[in-house]
Amino acid sequence: MRIKKSESGSAASAALLALLQVTMVVVTVYIFAAKLYSPPAPITDIGRAVDEQYSLTLWVTAVVFVLSQLGIAYAVWRFRDHGQRAHFSRGNNTMEFIWTTATIILFLGLGILGRRAWAEVRFTPPAADAVQVEVTENQFVFNFRYPGPDGKFGRLDPKQISASTGNPLGIDSKDPAGKDDIVVPTLTVPVNRQVELHVTSQDVIHNIFVRELRLQQDAVPGLVVPIHFTAEKIGQYEIVCTQLCGLGHSRMHSYLNVVSDADYQAFLKSGGQ
Amino acid sequence: MSSHAHGAHAAHAMEAPTGFIRKYIFSVDHKVIGIQYFLLALTAVLVGIVLSVLMRLHLVWPNMHLPFVPGGLMTQEQYLSLVTMHGTIMVFFVLTTAPQGGFGNYFLPIQIGAPDMAFPRLNMLSFWVTFLAFIAILAAFVVPGGAPISGWTGYTPLSGLGEVTGPGEGWGQTMWIISISLFCLASLLGALNFIATLIDMRAPGMSLFRMPLTCWGWFVTAILGLLAFGVLLAGGILLLLDRSAGTSFFIPAGLVVNDQIQPHSGGSPLLWQHLFWFFGHPEVYIAILPGMGVASHVLSTFARKPVFGYRAMAMAMCAIGFLGFMVWGHHMFVSGMSPYSGFAFSVLTMSIGVPSAIKTFNWLGTLWGGKIQFTTPMLFAIGFVSLFVSGGLSGLFLAQPAVDNLLHATYYVVAHFHLVMGVAAIFGIFAATYFWFPKMFGRMMNEPLGKVHFWFTFVGAYCIFMPMHWVGIAGGIRRYADASAVQYLQPLQPVHQFMSIAAFVTATAQILFLINFFWSLKSGPKASKNPWNATTLEWITDSPPPHDNFGGHFPSVYRGPYDFSVPGVKEDFVPQNLPPQDVKREKE
Repeated sequence: MRIKKSESGSAASAALLALLQVTMVVVTVYIFAAKLYSPPAPITDIGRAVDEQYSLTLWVTAVVFVLSQLGIAYAVWRFRDHGQRAHFSRGNNTMEFIWTTATIILFLGLGILGRRAWAEVRFTPPAADAVQVEVTENQFVFNFRYPGPDGKFGRLDPKQISASTGNPLGIDSKDPAGKDDIVVPTLTVPVNRQVELHVTSQDVIHNIFVRELRLQQDAVPGLVVPIHFTAEKIGQYEIVCTQLCGLGHSRMHSYLNVVSDADYQAFLKSGGQ
Repeated sequence: MSSHAHGAHAAHAMEAPTGFIRKYIFSVDHKVIGIQYFLLALTAVLVGIVLSVLMRLHLVWPNMHLPFVPGGLMTQEQYLSLVTMHGTIMVFFVLTTAPQGGFGNYFLPIQIGAPDMAFPRLNMLSFWVTFLAFIAILAAFVVPGGAPISGWTGYTPLSGLGEVTGPGEGWGQTMWIISISLFCLASLLGALNFIATLIDMRAPGMSLFRMPLTCWGWFVTAILGLLAFGVLLAGGILLLLDRSAGTSFFIPAGLVVNDQIQPHSGGSPLLWQHLFWFFGHPEVYIAILPGMGVASHVLSTFARKPVFGYRAMAMAMCAIGFLGFMVWGHHMFVSGMSPYSGFAFSVLTMSIGVPSAIKTFNWLGTLWGGKIQFTTPMLFAIGFVSLFVSGGLSGLFLAQPAVDNLLHATYYVVAHFHLVMGVAAIFGIFAATYFWFPKMFGRMMNEPLGKVHFWFTFVGAYCIFMPMHWVGIAGGIRRYADASAVQYLQPLQPVHQFMSIAAFVTATAQILFLINFFWSLKSGPKASKNPWNATTLEWITDSPPPHDNFGGHFPSVYRGPYDFSVPGVKEDFVPQNLPPQDVKREKE
């Protein structure tokens, strides 16, 4: 049984496929380019670097995307069966070499250019006078601990964990350094000062993510992972957990409050109000 | 090994079975086993689709009473169990089953001119262990506590401590581990079979570089499977031990869950992630490589042109397979793993884009200058290329750890892997089904119905998954049962509604495929040996093939697999087994 070689059938499918490809490209490019859906503006220097890397990547992928998808549209229309004989070719080594080299340069170049935005947060050590905050997550709350006036975090004892009596982290009552620790459910930091977060978890893996910081970090039990940032804009920003942590995963929610230095001092003095 | 001696040996081992049980249930015939795998995958995909429809319903109408949901209104943990089971069933029982176990089993021996797989009884064992694994995963729905909620990735300690971390984490998680472990075992046996068959049983003249690209796809996939599934099996066993034997491979000391200190110490949650993803990343290439082989094969056949750059295509598959083992850390950029490793994994991941790009350009090159016939399999093959480009490019964003800070665990990731796996790989399966149905079942499928199925699915898939990128960029977090607790998620609900409606329409359109498939099995027009005028060895034998595939007349091979529109030749295709002196030339 031979396949039908009706010219009109071939043209209809070719036209529809080409049209759909073109439509898909136009809609996609428009919505990406117009940034109809985007995160809020970053509030850190590194956040801006992340956005630059994102934009660069978007440009590179846009070029490849448009060329390939429109290429498909063109090819299916132009080379639809209308009675011609196909052009026999096993390939073209020169073209292979050219587009392979171009792709290597483009993709690896992108990767190498993105190094700074990653390195500055993760490789470079924090400033010596960075504000220190411990982030301890559990099912399904965020706890933020400040060392208090003595600048020292008190020792933790899992046996003394008791959320109901106001000691969710289990600060050891026998350790004097822990007496002035401040434990609160939202993160308050001073503007324009570097903050170092020590991120961990008490039970399963969680995560802390703030879009405006362009920063997230998994909270892993048994590990304390340091990350740092310097927020440049006063305001309140939502904190979410992005790592599946149980039935309350979508309910884990907190706030990053970036406040003036005066307000931050008042926050510390009042023990976290 | 001469073909005569081989054929005689094979004939002795391959006496046709009698009786219903030996013929259709416990069969050692690779063709029957291939169909069994295919039907298993078909059942699994229907279950998987129902799960995803329930998820999409809940995301936009959380107060709707839903069928299949105990109690009517879906709870947070029920949603998470749907997420877990949808992912597990689709990745393992559909994408790792149909392309390799289904079509690979059926067509690898025939395309290389062999009477069966190297180890037919091992083949049968592989299928039935896979079947058991499927029963085990379905059992997770009905055991006490219900299905697990830790995602298809099963990160510890959520999955490692038992019921204390959440509903479904007791028996449900245990059934999950048992199912996956059985699946790993079956896949390892299958991989051995594929590799031995391909290396040892090719027909005379069928050198490696004369194999169809479908065989290259199954070959590289089998090697990946052989090296990767063992690691998941080991990880699964260690997890089972942590949960029931008091070990602490993955659990550190001092965990406090529900005010109880957990009796574990010394383990690392990151160890599970390394083991899982060392398997998990090759796994996604296992899911896509056979589809890439099918795409090349079908594009060439219906453009009536050789595959553009056949050798480059084969080598690119090998490169993808090889590099696929070196990139697992890109799932772990923010996991707490060393940031230096992060950078290394990033560079390697960007490199995988290179052979993928080569394949894309060569697919375009195959179409270019062709004589394109828009049969249903061809439409799905072209759709595969379009979807693979779209899905693959978003990978470039995720491969960079700096950008991953913004996109990790958002819907951007979900969009990416659905486009490449949940659609492109599925299109590979559809292309294979429409292409090989005549050979497998001796009847043609209905072309107009097939085309309508394609148009709905192609448009539908883009409508579901392209907007998902935008939800992710705006900060939409994955695996969220609902968006009510986060203010910034509210404006994204209209996009979710659009995607859900697109999903319902697309899921419903699959009924066209089911109708076509089952109706054609019974009443489709009878198929000839070579309805597509194709060149590879499966098209020289009857539809369906006899028990030993070639009726005793095992072919020899004289040329590569894609000799279409050869200048000076009368027909626009030259079968692989046609001796050169028998090729009809054009009159001068």
